[in-house]
Amino acid sequence: MSTHAIVLDDLRFRWPGQAGWCLDIPRLEVAAGESIFLHGPSGSGKSTLLGILGGVALPQRGRVCVLGNELTQMNSGARDRLRASHIGFLFQQFNLLPWLSAIDNVLLPCTFSPTRKARASVAHDVRQEAERLLSQLDLTSSHWLKPAAELSVGQQQRVAAARALIGRPEIVIADEPTSALDAERQQIFIDLLLREISQESSVGGGKTTLVFVSHDQRLASRFDRTIDLCEVNRAMQAEAGMEQA
Amino acid sequence: MSPAPLMRLAARSAWARRLTLGVTLVAIMLSTALLLCVERVRADARQSFTQSVSGVDLVVGARTGSVQLMLYAVFHAGAASNNIDWKSFEILATHPAVDWALPLSLGDSHRGFAVLGTTPEYFKRFSYGEHQALAFRAGAPFAKVFDTVIGSEAAAKLGYKLGDKITLSHGIGSANLQEHGDKPFQVVGILEPTGTPVDRTIHVSLEAITALHLDWFAGAPVKGVSIPQDLVSKFDLKPKEITAALVGLKRRSDVFRMQRFVNEFRGEPLLGVLPGVALDELWQTIGLVERTLFAVSVLVIIVGLAGLVATMLASLNERRRELAILRALGAGPADIFLMLAAEGLLVTTLGAALGAAMLTVVSAVFAPWLLEHLGVLLVPRLLSVAELYLLCGVIITGMLASLVPGWRAWRMSLADGLTPRS
Repeated sequence: MSTHAIVLDDLRFRWPGQAGWCLDIPRLEVAAGESIFLHGPSGSGKSTLLGILGGVALPQRGRVCVLGNELTQMNSGARDRLRASHIGFLFQQFNLLPWLSAIDNVLLPCTFSPTRKARASVAHDVRQEAERLLSQLDLTSSHWLKPAAELSVGQQQRVAAARALIGRPEIVIADEPTSALDAERQQIFIDLLLREISQESSVGGGKTTLVFVSHDQRLASRFDRTIDLCEVNRAMQAEAGMEQA
Repeated sequence: MSPAPLMRLAARSAWARRLTLGVTLVAIMLSTALLLCVERVRADARQSFTQSVSGVDLVVGARTGSVQLMLYAVFHAGAASNNIDWKSFEILATHPAVDWALPLSLGDSHRGFAVLGTTPEYFKRFSYGEHQALAFRAGAPFAKVFDTVIGSEAAAKLGYKLGDKITLSHGIGSANLQEHGDKPFQVVGILEPTGTPVDRTIHVSLEAITALHLDWFAGAPVKGVSIPQDLVSKFDLKPKEITAALVGLKRRSDVFRMQRFVNEFRGEPLLGVLPGVALDELWQTIGLVERTLFAVSVLVIIVGLAGLVATMLASLNERRRELAILRALGAGPADIFLMLAAEGLLVTTLGAALGAAMLTVVSAVFAPWLLEHLGVLLVPRLLSVAELYLLCGVIITGMLASLVPGWRAWRMSLADGLTPRS
């Protein structure tokens, strides 16, 4: 088993119909258990990179290795299963299916992946595990059965965090999860998320890798390492170079 | 992902949009019910039309076209070009192959309803549909000369009951007809509805037809001669002519031999027609309406399904984020496609099933009305084979139509990945 959660090697990606590369990353490694602050302005290819890590987009060149799996060598079904079982996603906002209750939203990954269902039901049944996660994230039982649409944005993000964490996926990818929150709530949310990830890691043996994407550099100090996508992505440098010239 | 939880998610998502989908469902239900209703009324109208007479092997009249003979002998529409001599009828009736023969005498009317002169045996022998005999709602066959038995529709429209006196008019139509005012008839029987021209017929005895015209000559009353009603029995009321005859054979297999006998009859030019064949032929000529109606209801189905596709396509934009979330959770584009296709299939199947249920209710509720007012006898049943085929057709078309939003969602989820570009 590789000690790297994520390895990108000479990766190039271009959207269909576009002339230039969108991503051109010679090398990027994320160690297992590392928490990464991925930073870059809008248009720097953050969303595209996350799509590649999730296996919904394939680079035209290079290698993408996620948990030792070479994504470019897998078919789309296998990539979908890898994503379902081993990666928890957390987005900016509107993370939840509004017509499901909070707890049913948290349980969704367990219906998509038997692996996560099995891991979530080690100590007790999956529903209790979902309730435990929600409690850990400061959501009291009065909110559990409410339709997701009736929760505040902050509450919704915490439900989404619980959903990303249930069944202990090896990698959690958070794409600007705090941008819809005010400054104070941002801090609280990040505290909760980091605390929960370190706790999950201590329970589960293997450490959870976190890729936290944000354009807000003030948050960077809370993470093991910061990666500036502008530095890593040569496509951005080329663009910047052209603008300067 | 395994299909069962995926379908549960699709169902819950559909339930969340139950208002718009409900409206679409109602549209599909109504259009399915309309299509099935048109098909049912069409099939049963054809049925009751082509079975206006049954158990009759030959319809015999003066030589003319077979359709024309059917029109006046069975539907009492139009007039016969010629009559049959009573002697010819007697030869026919006593032919060894003939089981029974009913003389029909037409030409008079009562307030727009045709008057049929025949024998009391008519009520025993005449049958329609699947060999259903005539039944009396009230009263009995005529026994006296000036008795009459009226069909259900005539009784209902004119409001007649047993014991009422009516007078007949000479000729067919409603304007400026000579009245047989001096010889009123008494209603002694009212028939049950049959969905055939019998419902619109006033039945009297053959003798009555002769009696009415005793003091007439060449289609008009003879001036200065008037024979009172109580004296007619002193005259010989045996008819000299009839309009047509219905013939039943001892063996059906004799029908073509008998038809040839009639068509080659020595005494006068006659025509024998097989009623089933002629009625089919007649239906073909008036079947255009039926086909138009059917085409319109097929169009209504297409409109209903187009509404479904439009609704689902419109909802796709709102659901873009929902589909991206499902993608992030591990759903593949094929799963997304399946969810959409399943939703379309669910709505069409449910709509079609409700439409079929509606047909059953509507046809049960409106069957008496249809029989009363349009003379169409609906056969009570759940679904005929033809209706089942139509229902399957609707569902399959709906399934094919839902491939459109399914395909679009597939494309969308491939392009969007995890973050919808909205």
